[in-house]
Amino acid sequence: MTVTAAAHDGGIPAPAPGTAPQQVTMSGAINRALRDAMTADTDVVVFGEDVGTLGGVFRVTDGIARDFGPDRCFDTPLAEAGIVGFAVGMAMAGFRPVIEMQFDAFAFPAFEQIASHVAKMRNRTQGRVNLPIVIRIPFAGGIGGVEHHCDSSEAYYAHTPGLKVVTPATVEDAYTLLREAINDPDPVIFMEPKRLYWSKGSLPEDASPDAQIASSFGRAAVRREGIDVTLVAYGPSVDVAMQAASAAMGSGWSVEVVDLRTLVPFDDQTVVASVRKTGRCVVVHEAQGFAGVGAEIAARVQERAFHSLHAPVLRVAGLDIPYPPPKLEHLHLPGVERVLDAIARLQWDDQADALHLPESSPACDSPASDSKGGAA
Amino acid sequence: MSDRSSGTGVHRAGVFARAPAQAPAGGAHTLEADALTTDTSTPLPQTVPSPPADRPFARGLVPAPMPVQFLDDQGHRVQVFNDDYPEPAAEQLVAAYSAMVVGRRFDVQATALAKQGRLAVYPAARGQEACQVGSMLTLSKDDWAFPTYRDSMALVARGLDPVEVLTSPHGAAHCGYDPRANRTAPQATPLATQLIHAVGFASGEQRQGRPTVAMAFVGDGGTSEGDFHEALNFAAVFNAPVVFLVQNNTYAISTPLTRQTAAPSLGYKGIGYGIASEQVDGNDAMAVLAVLNKAVAHARAGQGPVLVEAHTYRLDAHTNADDATRYRSSAEVEDWIRRDPITRLEAWLRQEGLIDDAFVAATAQKAEAFAADLRARMSVDLVVDPMSLFDNVFGTPTPQLLEQRAMVQAELEAEEASR
Ligand SMILES: Cc1ncc(C[n+]2csc(CCOP(=O)(O)OP(=O)(O)O)c2C)c(N)n1
Ligand SMILES: [Mg+2]
Repeated sequence: MTVTAAAHDGGIPAPAPGTAPQQVTMSGAINRALRDAMTADTDVVVFGEDVGTLGGVFRVTDGIARDFGPDRCFDTPLAEAGIVGFAVGMAMAGFRPVIEMQFDAFAFPAFEQIASHVAKMRNRTQGRVNLPIVIRIPFAGGIGGVEHHCDSSEAYYAHTPGLKVVTPATVEDAYTLLREAINDPDPVIFMEPKRLYWSKGSLPEDASPDAQIASSFGRAAVRREGIDVTLVAYGPSVDVAMQAASAAMGSGWSVEVVDLRTLVPFDDQTVVASVRKTGRCVVVHEAQGFAGVGAEIAARVQERAFHSLHAPVLRVAGLDIPYPPPKLEHLHLPGVERVLDAIARLQWDDQADALHLPESSPACDSPASDSKGGAA
Repeated sequence: MSDRSSGTGVHRAGVFARAPAQAPAGGAHTLEADALTTDTSTPLPQTVPSPPADRPFARGLVPAPMPVQFLDDQGHRVQVFNDDYPEPAAEQLVAAYSAMVVGRRFDVQATALAKQGRLAVYPAARGQEACQVGSMLTLSKDDWAFPTYRDSMALVARGLDPVEVLTSPHGAAHCGYDPRANRTAPQATPLATQLIHAVGFASGEQRQGRPTVAMAFVGDGGTSEGDFHEALNFAAVFNAPVVFLVQNNTYAISTPLTRQTAAPSLGYKGIGYGIASEQVDGNDAMAVLAVLNKAVAHARAGQGPVLVEAHTYRLDAHTNADDATRYRSSAEVEDWIRRDPITRLEAWLRQEGLIDDAFVAATAQKAEAFAADLRARMSVDLVVDPMSLFDNVFGTPTPQLLEQRAMVQAELEAEEASR
């Protein structure tokens, strides 16, 4: 199959050689990654709800059906399990489906297909059938969305062996991580932070169908270097962490920010190296905290860097509530203030963090006082 | 009170004004279905690929009011809504007979292996031979099957190695056979979930320009799952070359059909999706072959998916772990033994002079040899490499999996050393 010239330059045209990379939105970068992947490999197909003529409710697939034709990008019946299961079959027939779930919570009907089939097919067939499927999921909040439109479900996927879970925080990563996801022989849950769709940045300089995509899966990025405390974040929370890091300078804290980029595979090395250096760690994410990805990260850090820690690893996460209404979402979402409050609790100058000590006992948790205090 | 006496779901056809139960014999299309598919006054924008306006299956979309039959319980040739279906060729019928005899012997042997503890579980298909074998004999070697846990006999009929077919219940974490080499997806246990894979696969093959048909298997209980609906709908919308075979054996474990549906027949479920549908006597191998031959040809010709409900019965319990006496009577089982698919076809083939005593004896011998070989090969404990646990989670294991692998390996080595 040949691809028309129009396919190369719909949406975002490639910059003329020698010019500075132009600013694009994250949704534009994803669109460009889809186009470049589709141009590079005719087995790449895009389908889902309203992704064809409309270009998706977030316009991420804008113009792709027009430029690549309805065989390469098409609308499906409105059924998420069906879309995922159809992708399983298409992959078995030799395609590389990139499918869209319209909103995070609307991927839940597909969970059965994802957990029982997408994640397990390689294992169930001794590696004879692998599924190069990318499931794109617009996720998280901060856009004033109504119920069912702002969920963060990464923990479900990260908890499922066989799935890679990826979430970009920058425009450049949106492009490269998606290209890498499409090239990957295994299924990838690609979580797109909705509130970053309109954020601007530049594409990688060599963005093109035949760009050599260096691997960033399992490689966290240090977005900002610091020496006092490590903030670990991903997706929409990286921006919050960066702002908090700037604000923390006012209090004299030098903050390092680690952007995980992929939750699976997880980059223990970069995270642990950073915490060994700083001695303090706060994990920031938007999803509800209980049994969340942050819990996993906190556990891993204390398992691996306990002797470097000057304070407990803290989490700043969403509240353990169903996603709140727009007017209250600021109370739910981790913000700069909450991150700074967490940093303030990190036992600076050997000041114990008293937050969780029993009220009756003094702000001291030495074993001696415990035994004297009896049953606290 | 058993569900069977509650009366729900018994022949609803005719309750509503235009129920299609009185479809004229001889293949005349039903008015409603035709009206739906031939109204082109307001053409809609075409989706790709577009389903043809005309779906020339037996009766348009509507299944026969009674299961299509060629042979009655005694193996006499009858005319029951079968005008539209050419009688299968003699060679296909003889092949079906042999495969059913071998298939049943395999199935009985597998049940015995489960009772001896050689298999963790075995869902028997004894009694369903006409469906298990008939389905596979209608596929060409490049077609694909998307079977369930119930369809081990079908895979054996397809020519898969029985030891490979039984590898999972024998104790492996995988399906045992190479799906690509055998053109057979792993047997699915989550009900109805693999039907949509068949649809995506068939549509993908069609898009790649290959004439592959996918046959997708489901039980009566599985038709209640949402994935059944989604699969049929996607298949129709994308005009995918899929044949859905519902083996209605009247129970989902203990739950009777009346708790699954109030439809006059499961075959009717295709109509609403725009899928050509049929119901067939699933214990009449000639009828199963005739209907599925046509269904496969229909799908292969690009005329769209077909839904076939085959009325059958599992003579054994749901699995070796199930006690079927808790929900069904021995009289009911006896009644179905009288409709045995093998004796029925054998009677007709003998009548026609297509097989004789010598052939029957030779076939029985072949089946015994098959079972003996299976017994011998299954008497060896399956060797499972502990390290294989980590091999196929991902193409390249994550660092975390490598750590866990090293831990398990060290544990095993320590255990080995302390012996
Ligand atoms: C999604 C799902 N729910 C429940 C089960 C447990 N289960 C296994 S077999 C079965 C009965 C299925 O009946 P039917 O579809 O009629 O097929 P049959 O076993 O009769 O061949 C049930 C409930 C399952 N395997 N998958
Ligand atoms: Mg059943």
